[in-house]
Amino acid sequence: MRYIIYFIIGFCFWLLLTLSVNLDHLIAGVIVVLLGTIIFGGYFTDKPVKFLQLHRLFWFIIYIPFFIWYMFKANIDVAYRVLHPQRPIKPGIVKIRTTLKTNIAKVFLANSITLTPGTMTCEIDDDYLYIHWIWVQSSEIEEASKIIARDFEKFLRRIFE
Amino acid sequence: MISPLGWIIIWIGVAFDILGAIGLVRFPDVYNRLQASTKCVTLGTFGIMVGIFLLKGFTPMGIKALICGAFLLLTSPVAAHALMKGSLHFGTKMWKGTVVDKYGEDKLGGEQIEKEEK
Repeated sequence: MRYIIYFIIGFCFWLLLTLSVNLDHLIAGVIVVLLGTIIFGGYFTDKPVKFLQLHRLFWFIIYIPFFIWYMFKANIDVAYRVLHPQRPIKPGIVKIRTTLKTNIAKVFLANSITLTPGTMTCEIDDDYLYIHWIWVQSSEIEEASKIIARDFEKFLRRIFE
Repeated sequence: MISPLGWIIIWIGVAFDILGAIGLVRFPDVYNRLQASTKCVTLGTFGIMVGIFLLKGFTPMGIKALICGAFLLLTSPVAAHALMKGSLHFGTKMWKGTVVDKYGEDKLGGEQIEKEEK
């Protein structure tokens, strides 16, 4: 089952890349995607049924503009720190705890944290994440998790769990 | 109407790329430099890709630019994690203004912060 869904997604990407329904392209695509499926299909998600649940897709589509808005804020923030004559930074590595359980959700949380204001993931250790923060507001685990991760966790829990 | 918008987004992207490069020079240690370069360069390059998509529309070139942007968003944080973890394990010291280092306390036996010169 998971191999079939992997194949379908890979083939959709191939169609987007070539944007033609030429027979040669289709045959080449089938061969390439089959190879990819055989090699990497085993690493794919355990419960492919989740792809067919539409409410996850709905929350994912809402998540994209939210995420891009946060990224934009992050860039304004970095631009301010770069251009300010005194270079106002107070960096440090803090530890936060996440309530997400599945691996894919943790990966997305780590990536989202990296691209949002002043924070960047160093390592994931079970439930704990080590975050490099350019302006440390709190080094307590609970408070730091609240500031950094809560907004994303609400979305990611609905999407992936 | 759509063409000027595409150019504006492309130029915003270029501006963020330049800011990222300035940050790379101005910030004091490896970790802060990674912050500046990852964030600004990711959004900057993503902006350029979206601008190309707006200029070209649903042609092969536009769609490819959009897919490049999506993959950039997925892969660039991963590269940053790898660089950051590598420099932590290699033992690169953090800047002397650093206030807290939980990772060093937990994993490396002591804070990895540069001492103030006397």
